[in-house]
This record gives sequence, structure tokens and C-alpha cells, in this order.
Amino acid sequence: MSGAPLLAAEGLGKRYRLPREHLFAAAPEVQALEDASFTLHAGRSLGIVGESGSGKSTLARLVMALERPSAGRVLLEGRDLNALDAAALRAERARMQMVFQDPYGSLDPRRTVLQTVAEPLAVLHGAGRAEQRERAAEVLDAVGLRATDLPKYPHEFSGGQRQRIAIARALVTRPRLIVADEPVSALDVSVQAQVLNLMQDLQDRYGVTYLFISHDLAVVDLVCDEVLVLQAGRIVERGHPDRLFRAPEHPYTRRLLEAVPGAARPLAG
Amino acid sequence: MPLLQVTDLRVTLPTARGPAAALREVGFTLDRGQTLGLIGESGCGKSMTALALMGLLPEGAQVQGSIRFDGTELTTLPEADWCRLRGNRIGMVFQEPMTALNPLHTVGRQIAEPLRLHRGLDAAAARAEALRLLERVQLPQARARLDAWPHQLSGGQRQRVVIAIALACKPDLLIADEPTTALDVTIQREVLDLIGALVRESRMALLLVSHNLGVMADRVERVAVMYGGMVVESGPTARVFGERAHPYTQGLFAARPRLGLARGTRLATIAGRVPELADLPAGCPFAPRCARAGDDCRAALPAAGTAGAADHEVRCLRPGAAAPAAAEVPA
Repeated sequence: MSGAPLLAAEGLGKRYRLPREHLFAAAPEVQALEDASFTLHAGRSLGIVGESGSGKSTLARLVMALERPSAGRVLLEGRDLNALDAAALRAERARMQMVFQDPYGSLDPRRTVLQTVAEPLAVLHGAGRAEQRERAAEVLDAVGLRATDLPKYPHEFSGGQRQRIAIARALVTRPRLIVADEPVSALDVSVQAQVLNLMQDLQDRYGVTYLFISHDLAVVDLVCDEVLVLQAGRIVERGHPDRLFRAPEHPYTRRLLEAVPGAARPLAG
Repeated sequence: MPLLQVTDLRVTLPTARGPAAALREVGFTLDRGQTLGLIGESGCGKSMTALALMGLLPEGAQVQGSIRFDGTELTTLPEADWCRLRGNRIGMVFQEPMTALNPLHTVGRQIAEPLRLHRGLDAAAARAEALRLLERVQLPQARARLDAWPHQLSGGQRQRVVIAIALACKPDLLIADEPTTALDVTIQREVLDLIGALVRESRMALLLVSHNLGVMADRVERVAVMYGGMVVESGPTARVFGERAHPYTQGLFAARPRLGLARGTRLATIAGRVPELADLPAGCPFAPRCARAGDDCRAALPAAGTAGAADHEVRCLRPGAAAPAAAEVPA
């Protein structure tokens, strides 16, 4: 891979302070993430796998500059996100967007699709009404919905369609990087397939870069060029999914693979 | 006579757009020591079937057909008799262990409750039995955990407590509705191993509800694939998953991401979307999304027929092998 990476994490760490257990004792801390380094080039996908509490979502929040790291740096196109002032960081946010796990929880039930999808434009670009509507219609088309869906409310859509709306909202500022935290985990099998296909189509068409967090190894194997395995806040193994999932080296990766239901007796395709 | 026999079960729910059939012509049997899986996507009726078996259907639901449990007809059972059955002879494990447990009661008290209620044990005997149950579900430091609150336990530990409650009165039938969906894969495996071992030990019947094909393949002897409130295909798990006679079963398998697929492979999708209850067609519920459907499919519900073997049933006028999955071409 040539050229500077789109995203680089250098020695990233995060400690959280827990509630004090005794009045005079120091508050205990938990190391949620420790010394995580990686690079991600434009148009590629990096998968993060691990169990609950392994630090996956902490990593996502640090990359999105939603929290300050206790150690290390996050560089987006060479710029340290935590060294930027508030206005510059705000401008940078247009270039990175997030898609969350639960499309029922991440869309405001009282706002129309147009309001939801166009909001980042209004906030980050100060776009006018006409431009907002036009761009919103454009991204809805890109995710396989119609402009006639703009005045509708989230409850009028199925789970898969809602996740498409969430993806449209992320795409509307034409970001370089999308951080997707378990984007298909809450969806049914057939709907999950539609959303995974869509995310791959968007990458082919617009060169979107994904940081893809999932506990589902098969999903990560399908969409990612490189995979990091996190255990208790540390990266224990990394590599190309073909190598990593066929010949895992770390015992934790092996344990994850063995626990996949149906792994003992693979169901034929 | 089997322990559980469901025949022609039909559940009608009131909706804003009039009564809608949530279950139609559902039937299966389950005997002691047997395991049956109900599989399907949201809204297919698998959880509704489980609720019907526990007498916990939503307000206003109308039930037709028959559910016979150990010789007793359940569809017409008065609520007082249901209360003697639930948690006693029918145990239940739900998806979310945090919402299934009461956050204001200690673990020990919640396990003791069915023992005191159904078995009439006094407080000390119920507590001793609760400890034995916690040890049986392999909760570490069981004695100390008797006085723990649900929030002090992890997700997997909470699910063990829920299982202990379900098993307290040695039920004949255990219904587990997505028992591991909220858990990590390694914990999922431990919990499913535990349920499997307990079912074998005490010769309970297990009805496992899940959307996960891999879980079903590993854990149950027979499966029933549900779609649109009906059982569209059922039989021994290996046979149903191996032969996939119904187009919906085939669609489910094709849509599944699996380890080893080439990067960039597009998954085969099922066209259209799951219909809402009130919109279910009179004929085969899958017909609007099915490439093979003809006018005869839309006219009336297809009857259940056998596919190959006598114990492998499918409700389809044109069952059998699919054309090779065209969509599975690397992009």
C-alpha cells in the first residue's frame, strides 16, 4: 500500500476511572484499551473483533474523537484529531461518520427521514434547504430508498430500511471514513445480507473506508481486508482474514473461532 | 401419547387494521428427552408459538386448535391452572437475562420463589435447594452469590441464574426463547452446553427458539422453519438443513455470511421484505417473495407434504433443490 494512510492510531490507550470504593482510597481505574496501533488506507476496510468488554467500542469512540485518549494519538490524514481546536475538529467531523448497532435506537422517532438525513449537512456545512433536500434524495437513492421516503417517519420502515437510513445519514457529508459499530448485529439474516451488500457496493462506488466493528467473525471475514483481534483492551493478533481465520495463532482467536455455532459441523454453502 | 402435541394452532391478534392471523395451522410434537428448534426471522411467529405454549399471549389474542400437554388441553385452561403449570412443569428461559430477573430481589430469593410457591418448601429448605441449583448451573462461588443482586453478575452469570429458576421445579418441558442472543460467542457456547447437559440428565423436552442456523445445527434433533406464522418445513435437523426443500429455507442459507467466503462476495438476498401480519396473503405467505410461485401458490395455503422421507415435511407446491445460487458470484 503506497501513500499516507487515511487513518492512523499510534499507541492508543484509554483508562476509565471507576467509582470510589472507599472514601479515602484512590478511585480504581480500568484500562479499556492499551497501546493500540494500526493504519487504515483509503478505500480499505479494517475489522475489529473481540467479545464484550474487549475495548472495541472504546476504540471506535477514540477514533471518532468522542473521547480523548489517555495515551497515544489518532491521525486522520496526518492531522492529530485531539490537537485540533473545537472549530477545526467540527470541520473534520464531516469527513468521518458513524453507523450504530441498533437502527431502532439511533433514529429519532419524531423526525422525518429528511430531517434525520439532512441534519449533518445543516450543522456541518450550513447547507441551504434546497441543497439539503437534493443531497438527501441523492444519498437515499444510493442506499436503495426513494426520494418519496423523505417525508416519512422511522416507524414506517422495517429494520433493514432503518439501517439504510442510518447509513444514508452517515454518507450525506461524503465522509472518507465510516466507523460502523456492529452495523448488522441487530438485523435478521436476510436483511443483514442486504445491508452488507450495500456497504460493499458503496465502497466500490465511492471509495468509502470502513472501520468495521463486529463480534461476528464471518461478517468481518466477508467485508474486511485486515482484522485486529482485541482481548481485554489489547490487540492480541492481526492479519489478513484469510490467514487469521484459517490459521489463527493466538489461543484467544482460536477460542473465538471454535465457539462459532455450527463450526464443528460446517453447514454446506 | 407425546408430552406435547400442538395441532392446527391458530392465533389471531387484534391490530389497528382488524384481526390478523399471527399463527396458522402450526403443528408439532415433542416428547420427553427430545429437542426441537423453531427457527425463522423476526415476525415469523416463533416467539408467538413459545408464548402460546406458556399461556402468555398478548391481550385479546384468540386461540384456535389444540395444545395438549401431558394429556391436558392448554388452549382452554383457566388462568389459575396456568399458574400451577408455569415455572413448575413448564420452565422458561428468555433472551434478556437482565429484564427476566427482578433487580430488587436477590438471586437466591428469585430461585427460591418457585420452590416455595409450587413445592411448598419453607424458607430454609428453599434456600438450600437454591444453592444446589446454582451449583448445578455451575455458577462460581454459588454460596456467596445466593445473596448477590442481579446487577452484580455478568450477562452469562445472569443467564445461568435464569436457567436455575427455570429448572427449580424440575419441569417436563423447557422453553428457551433466544437464550443466548444477548451473549458473547464463547459464553453462548457455555450456556448452550449447560442447557444441553441438563436436558439430557433430567430427560426434559427442550423447545429452543432461535434465528441462528449454526446454533440449531449444533443443538437440536429436529427443527421447524417458520415463515409468516406457519411452519414451512420441518424434520430432523440434518435432513432439513441438508436438503432444504422449501425456497425460504434455501434463501435463509444463501443469505448467511460464512467464514471462508472471498472478500467482496455479494450475499444472495431474498427479494422483498417480510409482510406485516395484517398483509399476509391468503395463499402461501412466502409466495410474494418466491421466484417459483405460481397462481396456485397464491390461491390457497399449500398443505404439508413429505419431502423425501416421511418425517421431513414441507409446505410448498414446488419443493426441492433450488437452481444454483446465481447471486453468489464474487464482485
